[in-house]
Amino acid sequence: MGEKVFMQGNQAMAESAIRAGCKLFFGYPITPSSEVPEYYAKAMKDRPEENIMFVQAETEVAAFNMVAGAVSTGHRAMTATAGPGFDLGQEAMSFMSAADLPAVIVEVQRPGPGDGEILAAQGDYFSAVKGGGHGDYNNLVLAPYSVQEMCELMQESFELAEKYCNPVVLLTDATLAKMRESVVIPDYKELPKPEEITNSLTGAKGRAAHKVATCGDGAVQWEEFNMRLQAKYKKIAENEVRYEAKNMEDADIILVAYGSMARVCESAMKMAREEGIKVGMIRPISLWPFPDVAFEGITGKKFLVVELSAGQMVQDVKLAVENKRDVTFFGKLGGTTPSPKVVLEQIKKLV
Amino acid sequence: MKTIYEKPQVFTDAITTYCGGCGHGIVGKLIAELVDELKLQENGILVWPIGCSCLSDRYYDMDCFMALHGRAPASATGIKRADPSKFVLCYQGDGDMVSEGMAEIMHAAIRSEKFSVIFINNAIYGMTGGQMAPTTMLGQVASTAPYGREILNSGYPVQMAELMATMPGVCYSERVTVTSPANVAKCKKALKKAFELQLEGKGLSFVEVLSPCPTGWKMAATKSLDYIDEVLTNVYPLGVKKDATKEEN
Repeated sequence: MGEKVFMQGNQAMAESAIRAGCKLFFGYPITPSSEVPEYYAKAMKDRPEENIMFVQAETEVAAFNMVAGAVSTGHRAMTATAGPGFDLGQEAMSFMSAADLPAVIVEVQRPGPGDGEILAAQGDYFSAVKGGGHGDYNNLVLAPYSVQEMCELMQESFELAEKYCNPVVLLTDATLAKMRESVVIPDYKELPKPEEITNSLTGAKGRAAHKVATCGDGAVQWEEFNMRLQAKYKKIAENEVRYEAKNMEDADIILVAYGSMARVCESAMKMAREEGIKVGMIRPISLWPFPDVAFEGITGKKFLVVELSAGQMVQDVKLAVENKRDVTFFGKLGGTTPSPKVVLEQIKKLV
Repeated sequence: MKTIYEKPQVFTDAITTYCGGCGHGIVGKLIAELVDELKLQENGILVWPIGCSCLSDRYYDMDCFMALHGRAPASATGIKRADPSKFVLCYQGDGDMVSEGMAEIMHAAIRSEKFSVIFINNAIYGMTGGQMAPTTMLGQVASTAPYGREILNSGYPVQMAELMATMPGVCYSERVTVTSPANVAKCKKALKKAFELQLEGKGLSFVEVLSPCPTGWKMAATKSLDYIDEVLTNVYPLGVKKDATKEEN
């Protein structure tokens, strides 16, 4: 492993991406994600031996399309953005999934809708998990809850994107992005050659031409195209479910939370147990594919879903549980995060 | 026996979807000839737009990227920045470039991206059925300007070759057409110059082609050629608008 440092979430994640061999960054500054492009811009000048390329795009529309072009050549590339910027990237998200492009997108959630706020939120769950763009497609969505996990999932995002030829969204939030924690930065990775990446555009020398194309040509061809994509998503759904479950055996009440909210819920669970309330917790790490399996066969227990939203992930929880009447929701809007004590009060309402 | 002309090697056997009298096919053939002449097939990546040319990936035995509407210069930026050793050609029509993708082409020029851009200007939306383009002439009838384009509602035709010539990041800008064998030869010369400047690592090289669209204009093919020579060229004058290599001398 690499060295242990005390580092801000966004910056640690950027360093982790560079070590994952992502030398190409295209981005448009937007709070609370701007430390990522800033980190790349500085690294490009300070570390010339690493051949880092940073381009500040004119819009997120352009940034996402630059990433699409760059990854098509078999090189790792990424962008980082926040809610309104992610909106602008949706056309490209749909395109990249259809075009089998292994792009990695960091989405630092902040409160919406509209221009919104720049504090912490989880209101972009739908746009990331349900696919905010047009057509039937899926993003692989990973949600870390610590700076350490941000660094690890950052590296894994590139591998998953290349394995399945599909965009991966690393969904964080303003709290995770801005907080500093002790973190072991992962080591540099050995990379596949651009020629080894599926369908990479490296010049049609000694092989058939490679095409990145998503244009339909009649209903029959287009249905076949879609069925191939659906097979890709099915394979991801079967193989890439990630979650963490704690204190489940004796639990009467199960908290369900992801990202920074899950950190708070962990403390609330501990406080509840100290008072003799048997609380467990399920923390989805892959939001798509959603860890339905974590909820399978659980009956006679109450679920408390806690989100910094008006209730988005809770819909997936209701689809996953045996009895949706067991599910209660507690959400916070505006940008502040409820304390463990506030969550504990909600737990006590269910006792 | 001496071979006077043969089909460019880079062409596949696919048949194009272009209408009779369309200019796309002529420019497409010139690209193929130049790819052969300059040996770009194995080291080139073609970036295609949305529009009548959006099935062009089938016509060339080359790696290609079919971009989203208007975004070709952004994707070409990603490709060229990822692998500057490649020859990257970005091909766009008027709706794609001047309407949907005006920001992308302008900023590619601002950043002086090191690729070549071919702009097919036929003053109308061909693929979607003859709607008004930003380059549609004042008074010209289109399905979304049924009584002709009016300044009050839709403003003025955009002169891209002149606009690009004002950009310090653009090394070459020329407007050509394909209305006669002589003009086709001039078009090829302009494209060759643009390609060579990219191979020399200069800034963005830009060639605008006034191209006939008999179907969209609801005009006979031969009349479409006259329309370019007699009407379009008044608003879109032919010629070299900028040549940074000459300014250096």
